[in-house]
Amino acid sequence: MSSRDQNFKNFWRDFSVNKIAVFALFIFLSILFVAIFAPLVSPTDPYDLNSVSIMNSRMPPMSEDFAGNLYVLGTDGAGRDMLSAIFYGLRVSLGVGVLSGVFALIIGSIFGISAAFFRGKYETIIMRIVDIQLSFPSILVALIILAAFGKGVEKTIIALILVQWAYYARTARASALVEINKEYIDSARCLAFSNTRIMFKHILPNCLAPLIVVGTLQTAHAISLEATLSFLGLGLPITEPSLGLLIGNGFEYMYSGDFWISIFPGIALLITVASINLVGDHLRDMFNPRLQ
Amino acid sequence: MLEYILKRFGQSFLVLFIMSILVFVGVNLVGDPVEMLINPEADQAEVERVIRELGLDKPVSEQYWYFLTNALEGDLGSSFIYNEPALKLILQRMPATLELALFSLFISLIIAIPLGIYAGYKPNSKASKTIMAGSILGFSMPTFWVGIIFIMFFAVYLGWLPSTGRGEIGSFLGIESSLFTLNGLSHVFLPALNLALFKISSVIRLTRAGTREIILQDYITFARAKGLSEKRIVLVHILKNILIPIVTVIGLEFGSLIAFSTVTETVFAWPGMGKLIIDSIYNLDRPVIVAYLMIIVTFFVFLNLAVDILYTFLDPRVRLKGMNQ
Repeated sequence: MSSRDQNFKNFWRDFSVNKIAVFALFIFLSILFVAIFAPLVSPTDPYDLNSVSIMNSRMPPMSEDFAGNLYVLGTDGAGRDMLSAIFYGLRVSLGVGVLSGVFALIIGSIFGISAAFFRGKYETIIMRIVDIQLSFPSILVALIILAAFGKGVEKTIIALILVQWAYYARTARASALVEINKEYIDSARCLAFSNTRIMFKHILPNCLAPLIVVGTLQTAHAISLEATLSFLGLGLPITEPSLGLLIGNGFEYMYSGDFWISIFPGIALLITVASINLVGDHLRDMFNPRLQ
Repeated sequence: MLEYILKRFGQSFLVLFIMSILVFVGVNLVGDPVEMLINPEADQAEVERVIRELGLDKPVSEQYWYFLTNALEGDLGSSFIYNEPALKLILQRMPATLELALFSLFISLIIAIPLGIYAGYKPNSKASKTIMAGSILGFSMPTFWVGIIFIMFFAVYLGWLPSTGRGEIGSFLGIESSLFTLNGLSHVFLPALNLALFKISSVIRLTRAGTREIILQDYITFARAKGLSEKRIVLVHILKNILIPIVTVIGLEFGSLIAFSTVTETVFAWPGMGKLIIDSIYNLDRPVIVAYLMIIVTFFVFLNLAVDILYTFLDPRVRLKGMNQ
């Protein structure tokens, strides 16, 4: 058995101690599956104008139209099937959340590890910027960026990256500072490896555990933040209907009692965010040396 | 010490200056406010007159300089929509936001501190595990969605509480607030609970962590050895020691409540600063957007400065580190 298999086995043994986290992981993987294969698993294409009829608008859950199509979660104001709209919405929400998380992880790690590696004025400046940014609540940072530069897909992703990078930078620097004092870094330096090679081939892999913990929790946060911004009308445009926009659409019909239009997308959002948070929370406990 | 404080002051002003450029230039690149303000049938001369009146014909750098010099004299420009000074508009709406944030801080503390102490005191009980699972759920729930559910359930379905607006405003000791009338309280309750939800989760976790640490201290063992009742140990010895870190964090968290109130205010149509900024972004009311962002950034920068300076007095380790830098 290779050591990678062995590592995975050890990891899974520790991870599966917490049954709730295993269940949450299963739920998250199912959601991911639905999001990736949304066009295949959705009963209808909610954005195909030929199949959507305004005649079917605001039908309650479990109702059928004249053609005999069943709408399990009802339809929205334009007659779209809510279930399909939610599947497509998950795709947008997860896509934006994960994409911004990955970029923020890369940018944050580069700044965090290089700050720990080079020290001096460079480190002071980077960490000062991180401190200043983290002293603002995330929604305010996003609000400033979107209010100043306008809405849109790229701008929302940029805002989410800017909100998150500082968390990764702080985590990466803290764990890199510990690693740098270890002997294998000294020996790598003796071998005259380049700085880039030491930073990214030697230090980075050993900082990954805490970065992954921050990554899961931050991604959950990013998904929720994107939904909030889109609901406020500052995030994604209507052409990219994320869960937040779906909930916002339902907001109009709230007073007429058509609860399903905003409740079901909200439940989908809640389950997604909660399952990621539960997994992240357990990972944090697993990697926390004080609790072992 | 003085050098450290002066340095931090300098940094704060640098941050404000950079933010003002970023916000001003950014806001002035987005959209065309003239198109939204003017009658679509207006002729070219009329359009040009409006552009000149608003000062939009000048280059951005000149507009910024004009804005900066006026801002230093306390004039943040006038709203395109309301034709009133932006600062005045924001100050008019500030009390509503502050009262919402304060009330929700109050709600979150009275709910979260007892639950957090219990969860830390008996970490392995069923109830504690439920509390902690609930706090993860509270963390994961999108505030705006919970607000919608509150409105649907308490206002539309049950009809118990009003769903929009601020209600009657009472006056007490010269302070005007809707917290002083019954009707006002009924209006503030749902939005405040909604805003508190996120805070409840984080305060529960904070209190629990603190309790778990304190419970291991010698003075708790000593209190037990003295034969004090468990009730007295929890209410006096644990609660008192836990309040110090909680109060510091809450000082900072109050700022984030104000920032997050933009969401709650939009859902509940609460007439505060948060709703004003969202409306202004829709209407491209540039002076109000810039003024709001600058006011809130200034607020945060100085809140943090105050907390940092306070820490240097309370904790000698911070003071030494600051001097060495």
